[in-house]
Amino acid sequence: MNKALKTKSNLEKVLASGNFAVTGELGPPRSANREEVVEKAKHLVGNVDSVNVTDNQTAVVRMSSLAASLIAQQNGLEANMQMVCRDRNRIAMQSDILGASALGINNLLILSGDHQTFGDHPEAKNVYDLDSINLIRALKVMRDEGKLLSGQEMPEDGRPKLFIGAAYNPFADPEDYRVIRAAKKVDAGVDFMQSQCIYDMERFRKFMKRAVEMGLTERTHFLAGVTPLKSLGMARYMKNNVPGITMPDSYIERLKGVAKEKQEEEGIKMACEQIQEFREMKGISGVHLMLVEWEHMVPTMVKEAKLVPRPAL
Amino acid sequence: MIIAERKPLDEIKSFVKGLRRVLVVGCRGCVTVCNAGGTKEVELLASLLRLDASKDDLPLTVDEFTLERQCDPEYVDELSDLMDKRYDAVLSMACSIGPQFLSRRYPEERVFPALNTCFLGGALAHGIWAEHCQACGNCVIHLFGGLCPISRCSKSLLNGPCGGSAGGKCEVSKEIDCVWHLIVEKITREGRMEEFSRMDLVKDWRSSRDGGPRKIVRQELLK
Repeated sequence: MNKALKTKSNLEKVLASGNFAVTGELGPPRSANREEVVEKAKHLVGNVDSVNVTDNQTAVVRMSSLAASLIAQQNGLEANMQMVCRDRNRIAMQSDILGASALGINNLLILSGDHQTFGDHPEAKNVYDLDSINLIRALKVMRDEGKLLSGQEMPEDGRPKLFIGAAYNPFADPEDYRVIRAAKKVDAGVDFMQSQCIYDMERFRKFMKRAVEMGLTERTHFLAGVTPLKSLGMARYMKNNVPGITMPDSYIERLKGVAKEKQEEEGIKMACEQIQEFREMKGISGVHLMLVEWEHMVPTMVKEAKLVPRPAL
Repeated sequence: MIIAERKPLDEIKSFVKGLRRVLVVGCRGCVTVCNAGGTKEVELLASLLRLDASKDDLPLTVDEFTLERQCDPEYVDELSDLMDKRYDAVLSMACSIGPQFLSRRYPEERVFPALNTCFLGGALAHGIWAEHCQACGNCVIHLFGGLCPISRCSKSLLNGPCGGSAGGKCEVSKEIDCVWHLIVEKITREGRMEEFSRMDLVKDWRSSRDGGPRKIVRQELLK
């Protein structure tokens, strides 16, 4: 992989230096309360290299990812601002990209976005002017060639210097195609990719083996998504209700064998075992910890998984 | 064809509430084929309105007429004799083009849509219709194994399927087939995956509604 840094991103530095990266996640509040962002940020500072700030996740209206990213950065974190294609057309997305870069955001993670029927405004019109792969390509051209989608040129010092992220999901269908879709994102110019929550390790190993064989992990950093299970109930819920997540019965059986008050601890232990395997897995450059609305558990999680201290570069 | 369905009866009743003379106009085009606004459906709606009025002892007269097409002035003209009788309301049982053409030709009349125009589609089986086109004005289905991702993917993705595709179904509803699942299967069967996965298409929406209301002028057909 080209080690010349493309941006000022801390995450890029960590990955380029060969350290095992750790990213976290922060969901902005459903209000204008900046204190909520500050509070969540406290649990993440020093424990992650960069934090994803979600963009109206599950199509529920929240404080904008750009605003919450800035608050996170004012409170000691590096933001990985998420942007979904659901709510804005190519004019608004490029404009927000320029603004984010101007305000000091260094990482931008691009997603299609959950369909609005899942959220709190199901009557909304959706946009999807560009899809995630279209936008990745557009952003790469903006950054590296200084051109907007229209062809309009930007001066050298006005290019958005963003480290480009995307998601990959080995657990959606059709299974064989998932790695090809990830390859399309790599071809489009993504610098790093984070996966959905991984529980089905067998399917994940199979996916990564193909990604390595195809040379994708030489061109892009792959981070493995981890969400510790809080309880047997959560495991069952995810198995039955969350599209794009596969939950093997072995997880459910293991939690069944543990007293209710010990399930949280067991969930963390299971996640640590996964992280240990990811450290040794060929092609994996780090982990993405998704402890949404459970941010206070991050310090424990990274300590147990021996992911701290984080490198200061 | 254009797929439509009749509005809820209560909504239609609210249109004619308190009126005395109503004309229900059907169309022998698409809406006859999709059993929403042909002669049969006109007869049924007219009977329901008469029945409802008679229950409340209201003096409502409902006339019926079905045109060859409501989207063509030549056929819309055929209503001129009837319209001389003056109605309190005209209920058009065509797609929304019908009531607009009737209003334009007979500006004195109050025209109401009796159908909801739903989508461009075809019949999967008798009684089941599904959307297959969004009239984006620049057809690209040949690039996707003959399937349309613009109209049939809930997110109109050109690079699907998204992470919500599971078991061949869309994350939005198990009633919706994931068209990207079908596209991938088709391209794989055709052995074209390598070339297909290199495709780089950004949609130009100008030919779609986004470019403003569209019009086609064919000089050779103008008189």
